[in-house]
Amino acid sequence: MSGIILEIDGRKFEASEGMTILQAAQKLGIAIPTLCHHEKLEPYGACRICTVEAEIRGWTKLVAACLYPVEPNLIVRTRSEKIDRIRKTILELLLAHAPDSTQLKELAKEYGADRDRFEKEASFCIHCGLCVRYCAEIKKKNAVGFVDRGTRREISFIPEIASKECWNCKECFPLCPTSALQAAYVLTEALASSLHSFVHEG
Amino acid sequence: MDNEKIDKIIDKHHCEASSLIQVLLEIQSENHWLPKEALERVSERLEVPLTRIQHIATFYKAFSLVPKGRHEIHICMGTACHVRGATRILDTVQDLTGIKPGETDSNLKFSLQTVNCLGCCALGPVMEVDGKHHGKIAPANVADVLKKYD
Repeated sequence: MSGIILEIDGRKFEASEGMTILQAAQKLGIAIPTLCHHEKLEPYGACRICTVEAEIRGWTKLVAACLYPVEPNLIVRTRSEKIDRIRKTILELLLAHAPDSTQLKELAKEYGADRDRFEKEASFCIHCGLCVRYCAEIKKKNAVGFVDRGTRREISFIPEIASKECWNCKECFPLCPTSALQAAYVLTEALASSLHSFVHEG
Repeated sequence: MDNEKIDKIIDKHHCEASSLIQVLLEIQSENHWLPKEALERVSERLEVPLTRIQHIATFYKAFSLVPKGRHEIHICMGTACHVRGATRILDTVQDLTGIKPGETDSNLKFSLQTVNCLGCCALGPVMEVDGKHHGKIAPANVADVLKKYD
């Protein structure tokens, strides 16, 4: 088997074709932080916390480790001053949405991110897409999806599907790094039941 | 909008999931908005999950998930139109139709929207109704233009 030789943090590694930098690093036991990554799901590249420096033919660029495929003679640096700075800013931006997420708080401690740097916009959702993708790719139920765009983008359950499928599943709940998903679910449930009683009483 | 009409549009696109946006655009232009039942029908026929349709329908400004009037009024609020009195045109239209920007009147006749530039600044102030431009319009002429639509 022809392996692809690359270097991660100064250590040589023989990767197979189609592997991503993240997978190679995990094989080497090098930790790269991730938020939107899940091994059962397709790589998504939403959170950008896995940003690493990739040097190829003398050029260094910043890439998302969970998406970037390995290539011969690639030199990867998973920690550097620049990367730590980028991860810190990303975390600060995410913390403006979900200031009390344990996962974010732990990373914030490691990278010295200040949770109060940006004005709070407590939507609690960091758009990692884990719930949406898990429901679509693994469960194939599509009960939850994204709506709207830009700063107004949010997750939204389809009540008709959720009322049938979600009660016995809820497998997406523990995936959520911020608990925003549970809030959205409870809200949908409350709206659905009030609508239900409205229809029956009205 | 009944299922028969929706099915006709879907059949025209050979029931292909890749034509989703085209199908939605055609329903939108025929019905002026996308009712939930229509989206459910499209989801069923094209075998595209409803979450995906919802995502697309809320992403593009061309789609509306709330009822829209038969005629769409766009009033240009761009700089050129603004200095030539676009606000007065807007006030007159609001008085005549009784709706504010972003709203639709109760008998679904007009929907009102402000836009930031229609690209014909020399004609300012510009009011556009159903894609037809009315340039250099004066507040006194607005009523005459709107009278033509029912």
